[in-house]
Amino acid sequence: MSTPERSGGAEAVAAPAVRSITFAQAVNEALAEEMRRDPRVFILGEDVAEAGTPFKVLSGLVEEFGAERVRDTPISEAGFTGLAVGAAMTGMRPVVDLMFGDFLTLVMDQLVNQAAKTHYMSGGKLKVPMVLRTTLGATRRSAAQHSQSLHAWVSHVPGLKVALPATPADAKGLMKAAIRDDNPVVILEDKLSFQDKGPVPEGELVIPLGRAAVKRTGTDITFIATSSMVYVALQAAEQLEAHGISAEVVDPRTTVPLDVDTLVASARKTSRVIVVDEGHQSYGVSAEIAAVVADGAFYHLDAPVRRMGAMDVPIPFSPPLEDLTVPTSNGLAAAARQMCEPRLTGGPR
Amino acid sequence: MSGRSAASKPTPRKSGGKARAGRGSARAETARGGEASSHVGEAQAPAEEAAAEHLFTYRQMMRIRVFEEHANELYLTAKMPGLTHMYAGEEAVAVGVCNALQKGDNITSTHRGHGHCIAKGARLDLMFAELLGKVSGYNRGKGGSMHIADQDNGNLGANAIVGGSAGIATGAALSAQLRGSGQVVVCFFGEGALGQGLLYEVMNMAQLWKLPVVYVCENNLYNEYTHYEETTAGDILARPRAFGIHTAEVDGQDVNAVSEAATALVKRARGGEGPAFLLAHTYRYYGHHVGDIKRDYYRSQDEESHWKRDRDPLVIFGRWLQDAGIATPADLERVEAEVRDEAAEAVAYGLEAPYPDDSEVSMHVYA
Repeated sequence: MSTPERSGGAEAVAAPAVRSITFAQAVNEALAEEMRRDPRVFILGEDVAEAGTPFKVLSGLVEEFGAERVRDTPISEAGFTGLAVGAAMTGMRPVVDLMFGDFLTLVMDQLVNQAAKTHYMSGGKLKVPMVLRTTLGATRRSAAQHSQSLHAWVSHVPGLKVALPATPADAKGLMKAAIRDDNPVVILEDKLSFQDKGPVPEGELVIPLGRAAVKRTGTDITFIATSSMVYVALQAAEQLEAHGISAEVVDPRTTVPLDVDTLVASARKTSRVIVVDEGHQSYGVSAEIAAVVADGAFYHLDAPVRRMGAMDVPIPFSPPLEDLTVPTSNGLAAAARQMCEPRLTGGPR
Repeated sequence: MSGRSAASKPTPRKSGGKARAGRGSARAETARGGEASSHVGEAQAPAEEAAAEHLFTYRQMMRIRVFEEHANELYLTAKMPGLTHMYAGEEAVAVGVCNALQKGDNITSTHRGHGHCIAKGARLDLMFAELLGKVSGYNRGKGGSMHIADQDNGNLGANAIVGGSAGIATGAALSAQLRGSGQVVVCFFGEGALGQGLLYEVMNMAQLWKLPVVYVCENNLYNEYTHYEETTAGDILARPRAFGIHTAEVDGQDVNAVSEAATALVKRARGGEGPAFLLAHTYRYYGHHVGDIKRDYYRSQDEESHWKRDRDPLVIFGRWLQDAGIATPADLERVEAEVRDEAAEAVAYGLEAPYPDDSEVSMHVYA
């Protein structure tokens, strides 16, 4: 990321030494630190131990914490997610590793009917402090059942919290906050970002859930971007500089809770908003954020809020087709120019 | 259960019904009454204690039976919102299994969960309040009949998804193992849950990791409105055995048999020998739920009469108590009268209790 980051998160407060590490290393560090701090934390999922997951995010953890706390399971997603719910209700803090976000379909009853509702249905008596980390994101040539971005599904369920880290620092800080949270938290990481490097401060880093980060400041238009769409938005913002358009990039970082104030404040400041999210556009996260921003900033807006999400098609395998389905920086920059041109030319569209 | 008037029976004690639900207090109470023996000596003490436990078992089964009579009545008189699924007829399973458990052990329950909840130590008044959606209910009225949880007594909750708590139970057992707590978890489910894949996923893990969980399958013959033989291929016990899980089978109408079988399975689970599967053959007296009244199309009146007349768990155990010289008919009548008093007070408590304030609607979504 070439642009300075201003953030409401904890990482802005301290000024410790900063290293550049990968997204995967950041997740690994968060888990290791929390497992050292709290003996109740353990990991379970498919190929999490010696294999360290197919993405090698968990490499080395089983050596330090043993096979009881970094526990390989059978290929039984509903089963081990259910185990996590029961363990969380009885004093543990499990982290479920769900290899692909597409497998959320297999765990929905445990997540939606059990984990999310237990606290409420029990009148506040029982808690389910668990984390489910999984993936989202297309363009890995993985076809329709390994490429979906299903965060809208879980964001729709009261009782679940949902985090979408875009950077290594956010991946670490949000994971640590999620593990310490007393609620079920779903963290979706873009599977193409694991080897991306970024600055992560040394030492303790906990980013509160529900706090957006302004990843780039601007004055003419706001891109509200989630997960790896943050990079798409930052690239589009750079392209727009050449056209004299100053774009702000705001990353909600969590869809639940949603930092409405920060999003609306940016919208009021720039008067134009495009929401960019890799979930399907219809009935999606981009739709919800667009509605919330329109509600809060309507009288400050110079144009309708726009959405850019994945096309409403199953993700195709063929690379040229797959690349058409997700938002790109070129597409976003073009959409931004359309919205801003009336201002630049001084005339109405 | 015979509908006798409680007023004509001696009621030795008048209490609010709040302190008497605990197992310990009931035990002390029956022991103090000295029903089992007129002798007080060191040699008689264990026998007296055993007798008191047996009478407590009878009382617990009676509390379930009478609770369900009231639940049905509350539905028929339109005092209870929604529907409820009654456990009457299956009392010996819940009580026998919970006899084998300690207070700190966990259970998970089902949509037909009142019996498990009572057997694990719950108070009737707080249960009725929950069934009626009142704020003083076990879950502030937010769960209702199908979601009562009573974690103080180890009940992690009923569940409205058939088989839905199998993961929770097995996870609680994993938690107990990781924490070294020595707890055992019982997962109650009906034979309908045998159709759910989750059960097999978690039984596989339970056996792989030798988790302290006992799966108790209550075969009441009907998956809702369909006989289980129409839905269940092969031999039920062959399924857990395929995982190498220890199995046992028991007459679910005989509480002594259930207690004995469950005690052995709980002991081996607590000793680190891993999970077990107990198949209990039982029968549901009411329909699938309170509204399932015309049920000739899936089971006959003759069949229902047979179970109620010849296989009733309270009658069977009551007769055993008398044959063993532990209780007289008068003793059993007194227990029933006391339970009817307790239940009547509990219903009144539930009916009089206030509904939650509107502000409750958005409380407890997040911890």
